[in-house]
Amino acid sequence: MANHTVAETIHVPYLEEKGILSWILSTDHKRIGIMYLVSISTFFVLAGIAALLVRLELLSPGKTIVDAHTYNVLFTFHGSAMVFLFIVPGIAASFGNFLIPLMIGARDVAFPRLNLLSYWLYLLGTVIILFSLLKPADTGWTFYTPYSIQTGTDVILLTFGVFILGFSSILTGLNFIVTVHKLRAPGMTWHRLPLFIWSSYATAILQLLATPVLGITLLLLIAERVFGIGFFDPAKGGDPILFQNFFWFYSHPAVYIMIIPAMGVISEVIPVFARKPIFGYKAIAYSSLAIALISFLVWAHHMFVSGMSEVAATVFSFLTFLVAIPTAIKVFNWLATLYKGSIELRTPMLYALSFIFLFTIGGLTGVFLGTLAADVHLHDTYFVVAHMHYVMIGGTVMGFFAALHFWYPKMFGKMYNEAVAKVAWFLVFVGFNVTFFPQFILGMEGMPRRYADYPPQFHTLHEISTIGSWILGLGILIMALNLLRSLTNGEKAPDNPFNSLSLEWQIPSPPPHENFEKIPHVTDWTYGYGKKNNQEG
Amino acid sequence: MEEIGIDVHAHHHVDPVVEYKASKLGMWLFLATELLLFGGLFAAYAIFRAKYPEMFHEEHKELDRTIGAINTVVLICSSLTMALGVASIQRGKKKLLSLFLLLTILFGIVFGINKYFEYGHKFEHHIYPSTSIFFALYFMMTGLHMLHVLAGVLVLTALLILSLKGKFSENYYTPIELGGLYWHLVDLIWIYLFPLLYLIS
Amino acid sequence: METKAHIEEHHVGYTTYVLVWLALMVLTGITVWVSYLHFGVFNIVVALLIASIKASLVALYFMHLKFEDKTTWIFVLYPIVLLALLIGLTAVDVFFRTTP
Repeated sequence: MANHTVAETIHVPYLEEKGILSWILSTDHKRIGIMYLVSISTFFVLAGIAALLVRLELLSPGKTIVDAHTYNVLFTFHGSAMVFLFIVPGIAASFGNFLIPLMIGARDVAFPRLNLLSYWLYLLGTVIILFSLLKPADTGWTFYTPYSIQTGTDVILLTFGVFILGFSSILTGLNFIVTVHKLRAPGMTWHRLPLFIWSSYATAILQLLATPVLGITLLLLIAERVFGIGFFDPAKGGDPILFQNFFWFYSHPAVYIMIIPAMGVISEVIPVFARKPIFGYKAIAYSSLAIALISFLVWAHHMFVSGMSEVAATVFSFLTFLVAIPTAIKVFNWLATLYKGSIELRTPMLYALSFIFLFTIGGLTGVFLGTLAADVHLHDTYFVVAHMHYVMIGGTVMGFFAALHFWYPKMFGKMYNEAVAKVAWFLVFVGFNVTFFPQFILGMEGMPRRYADYPPQFHTLHEISTIGSWILGLGILIMALNLLRSLTNGEKAPDNPFNSLSLEWQIPSPPPHENFEKIPHVTDWTYGYGKKNNQEG
Repeated sequence: MEEIGIDVHAHHHVDPVVEYKASKLGMWLFLATELLLFGGLFAAYAIFRAKYPEMFHEEHKELDRTIGAINTVVLICSSLTMALGVASIQRGKKKLLSLFLLLTILFGIVFGINKYFEYGHKFEHHIYPSTSIFFALYFMMTGLHMLHVLAGVLVLTALLILSLKGKFSENYYTPIELGGLYWHLVDLIWIYLFPLLYLIS
Repeated sequence: METKAHIEEHHVGYTTYVLVWLALMVLTGITVWVSYLHFGVFNIVVALLIASIKASLVALYFMHLKFEDKTTWIFVLYPIVLLALLIGLTAVDVFFRTTP
């Protein structure tokens, strides 16, 4: 029985003001969220095109369309852009910005101008990274030493770009943490917070505390090339393993930076379309925090075959299993929420269900990789590629699409075509599995990753995978056209088309500049579906 | 014209007490990231010192203990004047604040001048970051720290200008406190750098 | 109500600051003096111990950490734990590796 106050008299939708300056100078968290959304989507498409080209090259053995160097450049671009420009800022920056103040009943984030600065830094970082592609690096997105200090390509520029992005990410995380601590509406206690807020909060902690280590690592990498210091260079008495330790100290938590916000989205979507209160609220909330804490311990398992000691390897192997537990807790609670719910298969729900299914596969194969013996065998094969994509696309991207279809009406005040959206979902789901499932088999048969060429016995599986990538691409194209067309031609969206109880749906679509005419006084959690729903309706 | 009304509103979207507390928490979070930024260098230091104890022992003799010690004292004094600056504005003493800010800035500049001569001396002796792992650490750690001193001096200068314009009072001194927190962290990191680099026995 | 409260609680006296400053100066002297003695590996332990006492003084008094709330303390302590982990586990990896 949440006592939400609805803004009625002053209604200046945040989208009203026109002109580019009103956007790039806006400190309105909603506009900044939309700017992130547009930016990350653009890079998602560009990096996706690079992936399609990579797959096309792999259609047949030998040279298909590009030579080995161009191939390296393409997959470095695909990896760098997807990871640093799309997935890491991804849901957290776009939907996080848009939703956090709305969900906790605030007028904006704690530091609106800092928020705008974060976005500019993000843009600056992307520009530098794109500029570096004029003379592209071919290190892959991990910049592993010693290759990254020896290669003739322009690693410094790319590294510097990533450093700036990291700074942006730190400031965003800082802003979100303070916002959640200090700006919750009266009555919005920690245990009434929507789970998306919990997941954003956990993500922000990871962003805040893991990114500085990436920062110093990249600075050292730059110093290696500019000043000739030798921390990572065995020839100068340095140690390349040091680089890997630092790199994964950031990158393992970063895997959770990429996935936790998506989990938050799923926790919002499922109760709405199952019309049931979320099952195990506290378990889900605290498992987000637990992941944030444990993931710092797990970093070194990425180096099993880089020559780590056996004792350390065993310890990390165990910790890898440990991080699987909070993840499993979430999946269990989502399934329990679905159980006996009156499930409505709208598009966001379809993506949410795909998330649970695909991410579980990704997670299980991850545990498989975490097992010491299997890891040594499968390391650097297509098994890792497939696992990574089941987690990233099956997890994060499905979560992103779910969020996009769920909050689209709130963000833009328009409805999209549901039937077309479902067709797109079907193609995405099928195309994804056709692309990446064969890669598990390729990996088990020993196909190494990162090569432009392969022996003929892998031909059929590569062919299937490439065809899958076309289906996936088509699905995303249809989705994009549907959403873009709805901006102008879509029906006007009601305030609360999906009958959600969360605060952001109790205000107009699109929301006014000030979000809430009067700051709401919250008296209940946001998941009172079912019996309470009747009273609300 | 309604937009204007809302814009004005947006700048005061939270009440001053919440804003004050939020700003301070934000600054502490920022300091946490600074700690971890230097953390990578401290980790590298630990590894290489354990790996090459003789190198650290021999090469640290090239560093000038006296300048290191003087700079430590300078930074500690600057931390005192900074803290006294915050204390004065809390009591509404605006002129005293400006004076203490000025002193803090001067200490910061003295620190920088010392570092300038120290680096120059090293280069004269053909000691560069690429000379050895130890000097790579020395230059990276003190260099990154020096950048922070520089940033701190710039921030404090901006605060001094605002202070001279009378922007602060006993009712509003959040930026002073935030600037102070940052400056103290710079001091705090040097407190570790000094024995780790200059005082290896 | 709270407006007044926050201004009251941070009034640390000038004298306190000067005393802390004195302590810092003395400790700096001690740390230099100790570095001329020979305790073997314990030299660095002593040096870090003194540095940590100095750092704590700066944080608690100059930075008013003593008067901050629990949230701030958590966000101060947790990064320190992480820092220890970063240094500790990296060292474990480097020194207990089977293959060189």
